[in-house]
Amino acid sequence: MQKAEMIQNLKELAAEIRLETLKVIGSRGFGHVGGSMSMADAMAVLYGEVMNIDPKNPRWEDRDWFVLSKGHGGPVMYATLGLKGYYPMESAYTLNQPNTDFPSHTDRNKTIGVDLTTGSLGQGMSEAVGAALGNKVQGKSSHVFVAVGDGECDEGQIWEAAQFAAHYKLGNLICLVDDNKRQLDGAVADVMSHGKGLGAKFDAFGWNVINLEDGNDVEAIYDAIQAAYAVTDQPTALILNTKKGKGATFAEPSGAHSSQPTQEQWDEAIAASEAALAAVRAK
Amino acid sequence: MSFTLIGKHEKDSRANRDGYVSAMLEMMAENDKLIHIDCDLMGCINTGKLLKEFPNQTFNAGIAEQNAMGVAAGMAATGLTVFAHSFGCFASRRMFDQAFLSAGYSELPVHVIGSDPGVTAAFNGATHMPFEDCALYMTIPNAVVIDSCDYAQTYALTKQLAKSANPSYMRLIRKGFTTVYADGSEFEIGKGVTLRDGTDVTIIASGILVDEALKAEEQLAAKGISARVIDMHTWKPLDEELVIKAAKETGAIVTAENHQVSCGLGSAVANVLTQKCLVPQERIGIQNRFGQVGPQDFLMEQYNLTAADIVAAAEKAIARKA
Repeated sequence: MQKAEMIQNLKELAAEIRLETLKVIGSRGFGHVGGSMSMADAMAVLYGEVMNIDPKNPRWEDRDWFVLSKGHGGPVMYATLGLKGYYPMESAYTLNQPNTDFPSHTDRNKTIGVDLTTGSLGQGMSEAVGAALGNKVQGKSSHVFVAVGDGECDEGQIWEAAQFAAHYKLGNLICLVDDNKRQLDGAVADVMSHGKGLGAKFDAFGWNVINLEDGNDVEAIYDAIQAAYAVTDQPTALILNTKKGKGATFAEPSGAHSSQPTQEQWDEAIAASEAALAAVRAK
Repeated sequence: MSFTLIGKHEKDSRANRDGYVSAMLEMMAENDKLIHIDCDLMGCINTGKLLKEFPNQTFNAGIAEQNAMGVAAGMAATGLTVFAHSFGCFASRRMFDQAFLSAGYSELPVHVIGSDPGVTAAFNGATHMPFEDCALYMTIPNAVVIDSCDYAQTYALTKQLAKSANPSYMRLIRKGFTTVYADGSEFEIGKGVTLRDGTDVTIIASGILVDEALKAEEQLAAKGISARVIDMHTWKPLDEELVIKAAKETGAIVTAENHQVSCGLGSAVANVLTQKCLVPQERIGIQNRFGQVGPQDFLMEQYNLTAADIVAAAEKAIARKA
C-alpha cells in the first residue's frame, strides 16, 4: 500500500471515530465530548496503522499496549475499539447506562481491549510506565502508548512517572500529549500554566520530544511515531497541538470539557460529522 | 499449618526485615517474574541484597511513592508478581489513591510492604509513625491486610503473599524485636493462630503486641485468670470463625494492636462480635492520637501498649461479663 493511500484510510478512520464518538456519547446525551474529539486522529493512527494488535485476542501477550491516562476520553476509545471489531459497535451505545461495560472512564475489567484502568488523572501514566518496564524485563519488543492530557499534566504523578521512564531508558514507551489547551475550569493558560511548555518540560526530564504543529494531522502523527521508533534508549513524548472538541459542532467553538447539548444540537452535530466523513471518503 | 512457639520474650537476633528479604531472595532465584520495587529505602530494609543479586527484578523508584505504586500495578498487568516497599506511613497515606485504583480496583495483585509500623517508627517520630496504614488498606475491597510479628512469620507470610491473587498490605517491624516463633513455622493468610489456650478471656493481638499478650497471659495466670492468646496476623480477611469461637468459649475479648483502635484490629473484631456473638470487648491500641518521637519502650508506655495494660483490660472485660 502506498503511503498516500494509507493516510487516506487513516483520515477516513478518524472521521469514523469522530462520528461514532458522538453516537456513543449521544446515546447517553451528555459526556466528555471535548477531550474525546481532540484525540480522534491519534486514535486512528494508533489503531488503524501502527499498533500491533489482535482484536480477537485482546490480551495477546506480544501486543502493543495503549493506556488512555486521560481516562475521561473513554468514548473515543470505545468508538475506536468498536470500529476495529473488539466488540459490536452498538454495545458501546450503552455508555453509562446501568450495568454497562462502557463507563465514563476506561476500565480494564469492564471493556474488551482496554489494557489498564484510568480515571484518577496521572495514574495511567505510571501504569503505562510499569507496563513498558514489565514488557521490557520480559524481553518483549512491543511498545506501550499512553495518552495524557495537557490539563492532566498538572498532576505531580505525571512527572514522577516521566523521570522514572527516562531513568530506566524506556525506549518502548511513547507518550501522546493531547495539548488541547483547555481543562475543566477553562484555558490551561489561565487555570494552571505549564511554564516553558510541555515539550520543554518533557525535554528537561530526559525524554525525546517531538512537537507537532497540528496534532490533528494523521500523517504528522504517523511520521512522528516512526521517528520515535528510531529512538530506543529514551521514551518519546509527542506534543500534539490539538483542538478540543474538534468536529463536534456544539463543542469545538467553546472547547468545553464536558457537554450536555439539546437533541437538536446532537442531531446537527451527528449530521455534520456524517457529512465530514462523506467528504473524506469522496476524496 | 504448623508452628513452633518460642515466646520467651527474647530479642530477635535477626532483623524482621530480613525475613522478607530472605524469602524474596529464595523466590527470585526460582522465579524471574518476581519483582521488588523500592522508594529510596533499600538501605533501610536491606533490599539492596535483592538489587545486587537480581538487578533485572529489583527497581528503585526514588522518592516518588505514587509513581512506584502505579508502576507496580502496570508491571503486574504484564504478568509479573510485584512487591513494593516504603515506610508504612508513605506506603499507605502517600500512595493510597494509586493503591486503591491502580492496584485494588484494577484487580492487579500488588503486594505492598510497609515498614516501621506505629510506635516502631520510634526515632523518626510522628511524621513517620503510621497508626492508620492498615485502616486505609482495609477499605479496599478484597485486599489482604497483615501485621506480622517476627522474622519467622514475615518470612512465611511473604511466601504466601507471592502466591496470592489479591492486592495486599503487610506492615512489618524493620528491626529485630522479639522472637515469637521458631524458624520454619508456617502460617496461612486469614487464619489466626491460637498460642495459649484459656477459658476466662481471649487476647487477640498482632505485631509487636503478640509478645505483650503472651506476657499478659503469664501475669493473668499468676492471678488465677485463664487467658487465651490469639495471634491475628491477618486483619483482613479476618478469621471470624476463630473470633466467634473465642467469644463463645471465653465470654470476653481484649484486642491489642499498634494502630488506631477505631479502624483496625479492634474495630474489625468488634464488627464480628456485634453481629454474631456479643460479648464484652476492651481495646488496647492507639486512642485517637497522633504519633510522637522517642524510644519504643517509652512510646509503648505512652500509648498504653504494654502487658500491664493488657492485663488491666482483661480484668475489666471479665468484670463486664453479664
